[in-house]
Amino acid sequence: MINMINVSKVYPNGTKALTDITLRIEKSEFVFLVGPSGAGKSTMTKLIFREEQPSRGQILFNRKNISRYKQREIPYIRRAIGVIFQDFRLLQSKTVAENVAFALEVIEASRKEIRKAVPEALELVRLADKADVMPSELSGGEQQRVAIARAIVNNPPLVIADEPTGNLDPDTSWEIVTLLQEINKCGTTIIMATHAKEIVDSMRKRVVALEKGKIARDEERGGYGYED
Amino acid sequence: MRIRTFGYFVREACKSLYRNNWMGLASIGTVAVSLIIFGASLITVMNANYLAARLESNVEIIAYLKDNVAEAEARALKEEINDLPGIAKAEFKSKDQALREFRQELGAQQNMIDALGGKNPLPHLYVINTIAPEDVVKVAEGLQGLKQVQKVDYGKDFVEKLFAVIKWVRIVGITIIVLLGLAAVFLIATTIRLTVFNRRKEIEIMKVLGATNWFIRWPFLLEGMALGFTGALLAVIVVGISYVSFTNYIQSNFNYAVFGLQTDPQFMLVLGGSMLGAGMFIGAVGSGISMRRFLRI
Ligand SMILES: Nc1ncnc2c1ncn2[C@@H]1O[C@H](COP(=O)(O)OP(=O)(O)OP(=O)(O)O)[C@@H](O)[C@H]1O
Ligand SMILES: [Mg+2]
Repeated sequence: MINMINVSKVYPNGTKALTDITLRIEKSEFVFLVGPSGAGKSTMTKLIFREEQPSRGQILFNRKNISRYKQREIPYIRRAIGVIFQDFRLLQSKTVAENVAFALEVIEASRKEIRKAVPEALELVRLADKADVMPSELSGGEQQRVAIARAIVNNPPLVIADEPTGNLDPDTSWEIVTLLQEINKCGTTIIMATHAKEIVDSMRKRVVALEKGKIARDEERGGYGYED
Repeated sequence: MRIRTFGYFVREACKSLYRNNWMGLASIGTVAVSLIIFGASLITVMNANYLAARLESNVEIIAYLKDNVAEAEARALKEEINDLPGIAKAEFKSKDQALREFRQELGAQQNMIDALGGKNPLPHLYVINTIAPEDVVKVAEGLQGLKQVQKVDYGKDFVEKLFAVIKWVRIVGITIIVLLGLAAVFLIATTIRLTVFNRRKEIEIMKVLGATNWFIRWPFLLEGMALGFTGALLAVIVVGISYVSFTNYIQSNFNYAVFGLQTDPQFMLVLGGSMLGAGMFIGAVGSGISMRRFLRI
């Protein structure tokens, strides 16, 4: 599904965030991206959903070279990727259901599709009863579940989560990861950058460890491997 | 674009118009002031052009003949004058006839003519009308070329003065309009920039969710155009009411025909239409500038 070939990223200020990365991720995989702070995890996720461009190398998404896409084609790449952030990024002026519906509105889905897909997504994250509540009235874990519902409401084949549990306590973090695992079981590829050692260690999924912008380790059924 | 999507754009534009009300009012005010001046200049220039055209079509050329031309020769000149291109009518007036008319005009002060001691200082002359008013200058030059002609006169001074006035109204009007128009564009750009800033989080989320650039831009463009349109509407109302009451005042206090101000529906429609169009254009340019600079998408 994703094929990175000799990818390097140097930011305009000269920071070498990634150096010569070659990495394949297959469809339906669940991949943890680990490594010390500043290793380049977020940079890698940004390259995949085309928020940043690689300085060198190629990134193929479903065999198509996404760095070749023109500016106006980028939205269509992003529609195939659900993104989840550490800080949830919900719109505080909209209700839970409206936040989820927003993902479909901006891609100009029909009213009928929206009416069908939004309750389904909320059902999946077990927030059907909070549909008309404002995000400010929700706990952090609930807010992140709304963000997950928003990310998957249009059934993207790939979900990228950059430290989705970074702001959450351990129990709530487990809720979120369990939810991502459920989504993964339905065939959605998941890439999750994280510092949550316990979760990575007990999930026994593929682990890609980055250090100083290079791949230090890539193990099937791996562990976190750092002591932080 | 789906109709529902358009509804979304309009809603978003309205929301932020409401949120930025002070900046919005300032932009609307500037657009209105600049368009009021635009409208007033347009009215002045168009009326002056109209007046000039009417005057020009009435312009007579008077060709004074040289003193040494005998009356028979002067009368014979008529054929030669009629052969010149662009002449509609040429009427001969002998020096005797001119003196008689002068005597009539003087009335009681006949002694002024007696003081001349029987001599007639007036020349023979031709009063000439051209077929087309814009030919006046050309015809006058042609007449000047005839060897019997001393001097050619036409209502040159007044027409030229009127054209000078039109030119100045144009220059001053255009300068003020451009300056105020730029100020209006700048204010609208600032308002839209504020909207972009207020909605930066939302814009970022929209980008991540795969909204196209135009989907993100439309509400801003509509907001700018709505600001421009509202300002223009205000200007149309102010200019319309003032102009109509001004013409009514002129009409009831002076001889309307002399001024001949234009109030026909077509003229008013062109005036209002161009003001509204200019307002929306200013708004679109203003939001365009802000989007280019602050909406990096
Ligand atoms: N927009 C940017 N401009 C310049 N340098 C950047 C930018 N974003 C990240 N960097 C730098 O690139 C390097 C990699 O950053 P990145 O955010 O990918 O790390 P990370 O692995 O996600 O770290 P963390 O675990 O703290 O989130 C760091 O040195 C960072 O300072
Ligand atoms: Mg990061």
